[in-house]
Amino acid sequence: MFSRSTSRLTSRRFGRLLSVSATAVALSLVVAACGSSGSGSESSATSESSAGSESSAPADSSSQSAPAESSSGESSAAGGDHNYAITFLPKNLGNPYFDTSDKGGEKAIGEFGGTYKEVGPSEATADAQVSYINTLTQQGVGAIVISANDPNAICSALNQARDAGIKVVTFDSDTDPSCRDAFVNQATAEGIAKAQVDLITKAIGDTGDIAILSASANATNQNAWIDLMKKELAANHPNVKLVDTVYGNDDDQTSFDKTAALLQTYPNLKGIISPTTVGIAAAARYLSTSQFKGKVALTGLGTPNQMRQYVKDGTVTSFALWNPGDLGYLAAYTAKALIDGTITGASGDKFTAGDLGDYTVGDNATVLLGDPFVFDSGNIDQFNF
Amino acid sequence: MTTLRARTSGDDSLLPSYGRPGWRRLATSSEAVMVAVLLAVVVVAALAVPHFASTTTLGFLLLDATPVLMIALPLTLVIITGEIDLSIASVIGLGSVLFGILIRAGVPLALAIAVCVLAGVLAGAFNGFFVAVVGLPSLAVTIGTLALFRGLAVGLLGTTAITSFPAEWQRAAQQMLGSTGIPAVILLVVVLVGVFAVLLHFTGFGRGLYAIGLNKEAAAFSGVRVNWSKFVTFLMTGAVSAMAGVFWTLRYASARGDNATGLELAIIAAVLLGGVSIFGGKGSIAGAVTGVLLISVLQSALRLDGVNSDAISVVTGTLLILSVLAPSVARWMRSKRRVPPAPA
Repeated sequence: MFSRSTSRLTSRRFGRLLSVSATAVALSLVVAACGSSGSGSESSATSESSAGSESSAPADSSSQSAPAESSSGESSAAGGDHNYAITFLPKNLGNPYFDTSDKGGEKAIGEFGGTYKEVGPSEATADAQVSYINTLTQQGVGAIVISANDPNAICSALNQARDAGIKVVTFDSDTDPSCRDAFVNQATAEGIAKAQVDLITKAIGDTGDIAILSASANATNQNAWIDLMKKELAANHPNVKLVDTVYGNDDDQTSFDKTAALLQTYPNLKGIISPTTVGIAAAARYLSTSQFKGKVALTGLGTPNQMRQYVKDGTVTSFALWNPGDLGYLAAYTAKALIDGTITGASGDKFTAGDLGDYTVGDNATVLLGDPFVFDSGNIDQFNF
Repeated sequence: MTTLRARTSGDDSLLPSYGRPGWRRLATSSEAVMVAVLLAVVVVAALAVPHFASTTTLGFLLLDATPVLMIALPLTLVIITGEIDLSIASVIGLGSVLFGILIRAGVPLALAIAVCVLAGVLAGAFNGFFVAVVGLPSLAVTIGTLALFRGLAVGLLGTTAITSFPAEWQRAAQQMLGSTGIPAVILLVVVLVGVFAVLLHFTGFGRGLYAIGLNKEAAAFSGVRVNWSKFVTFLMTGAVSAMAGVFWTLRYASARGDNATGLELAIIAAVLLGGVSIFGGKGSIAGAVTGVLLISVLQSALRLDGVNSDAISVVTGTLLILSVLAPSVARWMRSKRRVPPAPA
């Protein structure tokens, strides 16, 4: 009896429920509309807060407040018959690395009078990127600059975009070469290996024992770099001896312990190379509080935010990585060159990328940013990633 | 008291909905409201959002919605019994990885799909055993299997992906029906919708599920096989999730352990938005389908309008809360109005 009358009441409520839920949905549509008109400023605000004080941000946000309508309209106005509506699609939004790279892209696009936009999923998944690629295809942007969450899963969507006349540039993380017009590569294995050898040999006066603190023993990238470092040492630095390679497994505590063990085992050690961001930060943390601070040199691949305090307290003089801002800047100019038809992705094509100078397309339609970027006390405060 | 008054008043708008003709029940149901809202959103989006009113949008939208739509169907049955299954997205991942491994090993397509669906059934049986037989709360059990099945999926392939699928399979998975913009895979979804709608609304088994959700003891005394029914709903959820995993793999040509991570929340949200009560006993297949489509249409329209992903999450989250809130607000307004009792 009780349950029956309850269900009757429920059914009678539907009439009023109808009006209430209609109101609710109307409200949420209003919310949606507000979100839509504020979207441009919102995305700028995200990147602005992480990249420091960029005075251009407010102006950009106002020009972006109607991105969908503007993509076709502005492109014809800004670039003559070229569609310079270029959209950056990072692995995910709210990632300081991509905030920095996309900021570089925005700068470049501003220089040649195109329309910059950044869209992306909140989670770094390939399926979410596919939805965004499809959306951009429909909007008819000039180019998509993307860091792929999966080398294959986004392929068919990218090729659909290319069929619609959109140029596709990958950066940071490539797709299968058949799915994009060009890949902007941050660094080559040779460049990364040589930069670290150069930094450590300079720090120890080109003579003495060094060791390597790597990631895991079967890490593909690190092993390739270590092989190249050995070749570089043998060829150009005969007085520098690599005494050991240890593996911190890209785990902070393990890397920390391995650093301690290295210094115990090799009292004459003069320098450590750690070609992994986890390793170099852990090694720096150990050195900074030990008696070896300032006596044993440390370099490798690190990020400015992780390494800032160790550069400032003198534990580390310099370390290498690429400059994500330059990477985004070059990717944007690569997109422009593809739109202009200056390059087609064929090996040997040449183009000019603003302040960065001239570039030549290499094999597999790859554009190489250049030698790794060296961070030291003089420039580290310009970076936030 | 109220029921008595309703019966004697002669005003049939106050009669219980079960006493009205089917078409009138349909027209005043919460499902009808949802359909109206969906149509309204589509019309607004078509007028206000550039590029929205196109067959391309329809195609992408339906392709994106397909896995959610498929799994929402059996999940509706699970939720109507008052249970929940949080392991659905992990079963997608497991099905995806398994399918990739089988295809790489040279297993024929049809057999590989069959094995994956069977694996999904086993995953569902695992959930169903602990919920229906052992009697553990489904929330706890499926939080466990959410991690367990995802762990298995990632463990089987590590961080690598299998991508060596014939290109024509991917094309087939995204094939449109002529120039209608409707993906061919929607035919499969329509069949599933039909099967689950009939099962839920036109069989004793389906009516038993409502009874379980409203009052488990009463249902048991009325002859409903409570545990068996629950067990079967979990089997179906597992099977359909694995099927969605196969579709996912074919569409993206990528079998990865982390495929569809987090999708369970999107599916559950869509089902609840469609008027299926999280407490059980209320809901319909039509509602669940409408809920999925409403979220998909909103997301697609907002994306096309240049709204960023965080704002889209805010909108869909707000919408879900409002939809759950609406019945409570309605009840509150009723109680205010009922203070001076209407003369009978």
